[in-house]
Amino acid sequence: MMAMFFWAFVVGGLICVIGQLMFDVFKLTPAHTLSSLVVAGAILDGFGLYEPLIDFAGAGATIPITSFGNALVHGAMQEAEKHGIVGVLTGMFEVTSAGISAAIVFGFIGALLFKPKG
Amino acid sequence: MANEKRKNLTPVQQQYHQFEQARETKRPVLKNCMRAFFVGGLICVIGQAISYFYMYFFDFTEKTVGNPTVATMVFLAMLLTGFGVYDRLAQFAGAGSAVPVTGFGNAVISAAIEHRTEGFVLGVGGNMFKLAGSVILFGTFSAFVVALIKTIALKWGGLG
Repeated sequence: MMAMFFWAFVVGGLICVIGQLMFDVFKLTPAHTLSSLVVAGAILDGFGLYEPLIDFAGAGATIPITSFGNALVHGAMQEAEKHGIVGVLTGMFEVTSAGISAAIVFGFIGALLFKPKG
Repeated sequence: MANEKRKNLTPVQQQYHQFEQARETKRPVLKNCMRAFFVGGLICVIGQAISYFYMYFFDFTEKTVGNPTVATMVFLAMLLTGFGVYDRLAQFAGAGSAVPVTGFGNAVISAAIEHRTEGFVLGVGGNMFKLAGSVILFGTFSAFVVALIKTIALKWGGLG
């Protein structure tokens, strides 16, 4: 269990360092960086490389935004296996729904509760 | 700046561009990376602790535990954003706080809070995904392309 925490820390930290390098060295905006990381996650899952990383590092691989791309591909592939090519569209958000619905619901609750500062 | 763009500039503008580049403050890349590593790593450790919580007290498996963990992290991001803590963290940690899913939550929630003065429908509703929209767009589109290619390759290409 402690090993899992350790690898989550290292792998999660390294993914953040990649993001930081994209900020500082390639001078990308945060939106460009995050979009690139999501696309990278989707492509890695396309080659079947992201799932082993999750088994290895747990939350270190599921918490960074790259896992969003991975989860989108995963949902699409699951449905595609059941329903053929239409499943690519219908299954897209199957696995990712938690992140997006949580962001929408809590975003709205946040807007109700908090007032903008400054 | 790209070379094609530079051709359209007058010599004076080019000179100024060089002048500007020479005086631009150098970013402390190594320090920023260390901070991003530690804060990003810590956020993932918190996420790992939340996953274990869901695995022991609710019947989630290692495969399904990602969803409630992400939702909880976004909830925490809401509280931290609302109390103004996340912005300070972001200034310190850079990508360390932006890359984890809490950064995605922070982008949605801060946009929602910021625009509430414009009303709940046009302000909050219309601007919520102002920053996070690009992540959803490119994530969804690239996932579509990847999954389409993979499905075609598996079905008709005889791969796998």
